[in-house]
Amino acid sequence: MRDVNSAPQAEPSSWTLAIRHFLQRRLPLRHLLPDRQPVFVGSWVYIFGVVAIAGLVWVTGSGIALAFFGPQWWHQSGIGRFVNSVHLWSVQVFFVSMVLHLWGQYFMASWRDGRAKTWMVGVVIFAFSIVAAFTGFISQQNFDGQWIAVNAKDATNASGVGSFFNVLNFGQMYGLHIALLPMLVVTLVVIHIVLVRMHGVVRPIEKKQTERPSTEERAS
Amino acid sequence: MDVPATYLNWNFILISIPNVVVIAVMFVVFIIALVAPFPGHGEAVEPEVGHDA
Repeated sequence: MRDVNSAPQAEPSSWTLAIRHFLQRRLPLRHLLPDRQPVFVGSWVYIFGVVAIAGLVWVTGSGIALAFFGPQWWHQSGIGRFVNSVHLWSVQVFFVSMVLHLWGQYFMASWRDGRAKTWMVGVVIFAFSIVAAFTGFISQQNFDGQWIAVNAKDATNASGVGSFFNVLNFGQMYGLHIALLPMLVVTLVVIHIVLVRMHGVVRPIEKKQTERPSTEERAS
Repeated sequence: MDVPATYLNWNFILISIPNVVVIAVMFVVFIIALVAPFPGHGEAVEPEVGHDA
């Protein structure tokens, strides 16, 4: 039995302890939930990412309602058509703001100073979002959806993925659209945000790493 | 509402007018975001060493 009065022992190693130490070191709470940001964040360019997240929240919320009540509801009832429209238009907001966010981050070279992972996760989010939107158009349960699926079948066959990604299989497309792809996109967005919190917002290109922001500059 | 959109066709480029309008609006919004003043509050904060590297 260990003597409690003896010299302190080294902490036993465990995976929970290792994760806790990693999080304390890499993502302290003041980085996860900051109350202030560097002065250069005071620009409308940084708003687009937040708008994209807001769009994703509306897409997810309206999508849950559509999945719950089903195609007859979203095509034939007034409130169903409204929620269906909210789902469509919040997707437009999501994509437009995501592309504007992409432009802003591209021209700022936001992969600098150890932020490559953040950039690459963003690229993957964009790719999966396109597939999610595509399967959504196919899942409309109307002639528009049929038209898109039949035309897309040629493209998917020509690209070689038609054998396991069958756009004429409604069950497969709907399942991917409401289960797998939303989980992937939301999970990747959470990882993207955590990475932004871990590494902070990239400095403008003209500012050197050692340059201190002027106190006369405006803070966000 | 239920009529096909008008398309612009130039060589291999085929794009609907609504899509052209959306892209043009995106350019305008992006330019405005770059030049429009952002309402500020509080004091400047020094980025911490190691946080953004």
